Parts: sequence; C-alpha cells; structure tokens
Amino acid sequence: MKLLRNYIDKIKPNFEKGGKFEKLHSTFDAFETFLYVPDTVTKPKGSHIRDTMDMKRAMIIVVIALVPSLLFGMWNVGHWHAEAFGQESSFWPNFWYGFLRVLPLIIVSYVVGLGIEFAVAQMRGHEVNEGYLVSGMLIPLIVPVDVPLWMLALAIAFAVILGKEVFGGTGMNILNPALTVRAFLFFAYPGWMSGDSVWISGMTKHASELIDGFSGATPLAEAAAGNVGSLPSIFDMFMGIIPGSVGETSVLAILIGAVILIWTGIASWKTMLAMFAGGLFMGLILNAFAANPYMELPAWEHLFLGGFAFGAVFMVTDPVTSAQTERGKWIYGFLTGLFAILIRVLNPAYPEGVMLAILLMNVFAPLIDHYVIEANIKKRLKRIKVKA
Amino acid sequence: MKEKEPLFSTKNLKLLTNPLNEDNPITVQVLGICSALAITVKLEPAIVMTFSVMAVLAVSNMVISMLRNLIPPRIRIIVQLTVIAAMVILVDQLLKAYAYDVSKQLSVFVGLIITNCIIMGRLEAFAMTNKPWPSFLDGIGNSAGYGIILVIVAFFRELLGSGEVFGFPVIEKIGLYNIGYEDNGLMILPPMALMLVGVIIWVQRSKNKELIEEN
Repeated sequence: MKLLRNYIDKIKPNFEKGGKFEKLHSTFDAFETFLYVPDTVTKPKGSHIRDTMDMKRAMIIVVIALVPSLLFGMWNVGHWHAEAFGQESSFWPNFWYGFLRVLPLIIVSYVVGLGIEFAVAQMRGHEVNEGYLVSGMLIPLIVPVDVPLWMLALAIAFAVILGKEVFGGTGMNILNPALTVRAFLFFAYPGWMSGDSVWISGMTKHASELIDGFSGATPLAEAAAGNVGSLPSIFDMFMGIIPGSVGETSVLAILIGAVILIWTGIASWKTMLAMFAGGLFMGLILNAFAANPYMELPAWEHLFLGGFAFGAVFMVTDPVTSAQTERGKWIYGFLTGLFAILIRVLNPAYPEGVMLAILLMNVFAPLIDHYVIEANIKKRLKRIKVKA
Repeated sequence: MKEKEPLFSTKNLKLLTNPLNEDNPITVQVLGICSALAITVKLEPAIVMTFSVMAVLAVSNMVISMLRNLIPPRIRIIVQLTVIAAMVILVDQLLKAYAYDVSKQLSVFVGLIITNCIIMGRLEAFAMTNKPWPSFLDGIGNSAGYGIILVIVAFFRELLGSGEVFGFPVIEKIGLYNIGYEDNGLMILPPMALMLVGVIIWVQRSKNKELIEEN
C-alpha cells in the first residue's frame, strides 16, 4: 500500500496547476480521494468538523447495502432461467448464469455514467462527483435483465446529461437519476420494460424452447389481471423467488440493506417508514372499496409486490431528491407510498406505480420543504407575540 | 420632408433575420410553446403549421398596424382577436379545401392558432406601434423563427420516434432495424418535444452567451 501512496505522491505535481496534465486534474483528484482519505482539513475558523465521512464514503456504504439485493438478484435470474427452460436448477450454476447476465448491465452502467461524469467535471473544472457510484449500482437492479445494452446506455446518457448535469451535477438534480433511466426506458421502449416475457432471461428470444405452460408473469401482473388466488406464497415473495427486475424481488435482501443504511445513518428511517405507512394506508382504503379482486388484495401484501420495498429503501431516501426537513420527510414518504399503490391498482396502463410515484414526489419535495419551513416560521413568530 | 426609407433597409431586414436566432419567438421570447409540443410529431404537419401561422401573423400584423391609430386602446384586444380569428378561419377553410389530409392531422390546432401566444404577442408588442410594412416583415420573420424550431424538433421526433423523414422510412432503408435498433417511443410523446426545445435553448445559449438570462 505504501508503494501506491508513494506513486500517487510522485505523479501528483503533474496534475497540479501548471503541471503537464493540468487538464486532467479532476480525474486525478477523483482517483486519489477514492483510494485515500483526503488530507484537506477545515480552515481554523468556524466550528465545522470535517471527518473522514465524505460523500465518497457515504456512497460506498449505500453500494454495500445494495450488495445483498444484487447477489440475490443474480441467483434469481439464473433460477428463473433454469425454471423457464426446464433445465437442471442448482445453486452455483444458477448464480453463475445470473452473474454473467447482470455483469454487462453493471459494466455499461458504470462506463457510460462515469464516463459522462468525468467528462463534464473535466470540462467545468470541478471535482468529479461521487453521486454516480450509487446510481450506477441502482440502475442494473431496477431494469429487467434482458434489456438491450445499447438502450440502457442511451437511457443512462439521457438521465445523466438531461436529468442531472444540466442542473449542475450531483446534489442539484431534481429527479432521481436511476429512476430517470428507468422512466426513459419505460416510455421509450415499452416492449422491453413491461409485459410477461421480459423478466426472465432469454424468454423473448427463445420463446419456443420454453417448457409448456410457463408464463413468466410477475406476481404484480397476475394481481393486476385479477388472478389474486394464483399469487406465490408470502414466503416466496418475501424471499424474492419471483420474476421481476434484477434487484427488486427480495424483500429480505432489501431489508438487510435497509438495516445497513439506517444503522450508519445514511438514509432516513422516517422516509422509509412513512412510505410503507402510506402504501398500507392506500391499500386499506382500496380494501374498503373492494370493487375488484385486485382492490381486495390485503394491503400488507402490496408491500411485498413489485418494486415497493426497493423503492422505499433505496429510491425514496435519496438524500438529494427527497424532502430535507424532518416533518417534510414524513409527508414526502407517506404521499409517495400512497401514490405508488394508487397508480398501481387504479391505472391499468402503468402496472407498477412506484417509479412514477417517486418521480412525482421528487418534483414536489422542495415545495413540501418550503411549506414546512414557512409553518415553522409562523409558529415561532406567534411564540414571540405571546411573550410580548 | 423625411427621405423615404427603402423597402429592405438594414433595419427592415433585421426584422426578418433577428427572430431566426437572437430574438427567436420560441427559444428566446418563449412564446408559442404549446403548439410546438402538439404538432411536431411529424415533419409535414409542422411545416404546414408554420405556413399557416406565417399567413395569419403577417396579414393580421399588417391589418392591425393599418388600424393602429383608429383602435381605441380599451378594446384593442377584441379588435385584434377579430382580425386574427378572421384570418384563422380563412386558413382553416383553405387547408380543408386543398390539403384535407394534413388538415385532419392538425385537427384542432389550426383553430387554436388564434390562441398562439406569438400572434397576440407580436400584435401587441410590434404592430400596435409600427407602420404596416415593417409589421408585415416582423410577422414573416417571427413565424419563420417559430417554423425553424418546429422543423428542427419535428425532424428529430419523426426520425427517432417513427424512423421516418417526411414519411420516408429512412431507418428501415439503412437497415438499422435488422441489427436490433428500435424506435424511441418517448419521442412520440409530447414531453420529448419540450425536452428537445430545452436542448435547443441550451445549445443556443451556450453559443451566444448574451442570451443567458440573469436571475
């Protein structure tokens, strides 16, 4: 390790002002701070404490929290492929197959996304922002495994440039970049993003080799079609042994991630809890109406279906796009959950409402914050008047 | 007596060319966005729409300019609307008579030229205070500026959204579909027009820094 440090110190002057590679300063800086804790400290004025928990480290923890979902997703991809084509199904071959299928998604995600981030940072002379480390891991987890790579690359370029960089980069974006990618794919190439055959690897291309009677429909699609009786067992849905986007299926793996995020204090438990509460609340309202079998589905089962848990833990809590005030987080999370279930059940055009609900509430988050702050100011002004 | 100004003096030419770039009605004045979203899915309707707006705007600009000293200020909007409405009905009838298919595609949007903000905006801002000939040129210039943006947006939306240019299947002829290319469904949806207009604004502002608004 000492060797690496020495090497970095040796080549560092080249990237400083006046050095040979001055133009590549941002890139160098990104790698240096990625490998080592930065040695900059706060100037001795003011009371700010700078510790080693910079954005890069915060982001890495989120990526670690995503690993259980990712590993499970890989196994799940292999499992359903074997199931669909009637092949022998055992743990390691399944996992290996899934790994080979998911790896290209991850590589494309990071190469395209980070490539644009580096280029833009270089152009503007900024430091490279680390926000994409998380987005880049989220993106492969929320798309169907069979999505063509060029579409994914296009969607990522769109989301990173028009969804993020035009607003000023990490921390300035209004919409969650990973969900922008998904929304772009969803509207641009609906044939690859919804339906019964996109969730299982190889199913669209080799439809004729499927074993008889295999449908590939996700539980969500089954429920939307009114076949509430044929849903998988709660255990399967909790464990995640159901077809779906790569990382969204396993509630268990997502909960492990949630524990890591809450324990390290990176994501807000308030937002998560509020989203689950909102979803539950809307589910209960729909149960009260119960106009069709889908509306009669027990409210708590909704939380296991589709991408609800994944959205609640990893998407809605994105510190940039969520509400910032403490009371705002409750409102924001609650409304997201509410809209997610509302869209999911009542709008047949959009089988999964979580993505749209989160993007919608992303837009409203600053407004919520604004009114929470206004209300607080009013409350405190009143207190002054009472005293005087 | 003042010397007579030539028909195409530099000042008058400016009226024609300015709206094409630094005073563009869509990207700089931000007028007429609604119709830019609605009729830019394909190139043909976009071009027909451009000429319709051009006819309406140029003539009503001129008429209002002729009447400008007669119109009582308090009812000027009503008078302007009457002139515009008369022109729009004329254009609509002509389209129905000679270009029925396109007229069908444009559907209500021909009628809605009446509410196109560019027209009211130019009448108020220019024709009410200028002579007929410059007003006429201003009308042509502004609708051309409007048309340029419409055509750019429609070109990309038609090419990427349906793989065609003027209805000619370009993408299919090149053979891109065979290697897995697919049309982008988002391009057909109105939000994409807004994003494309946004991108044009971005490109234009980064080329011409003077246009960047202070806020």
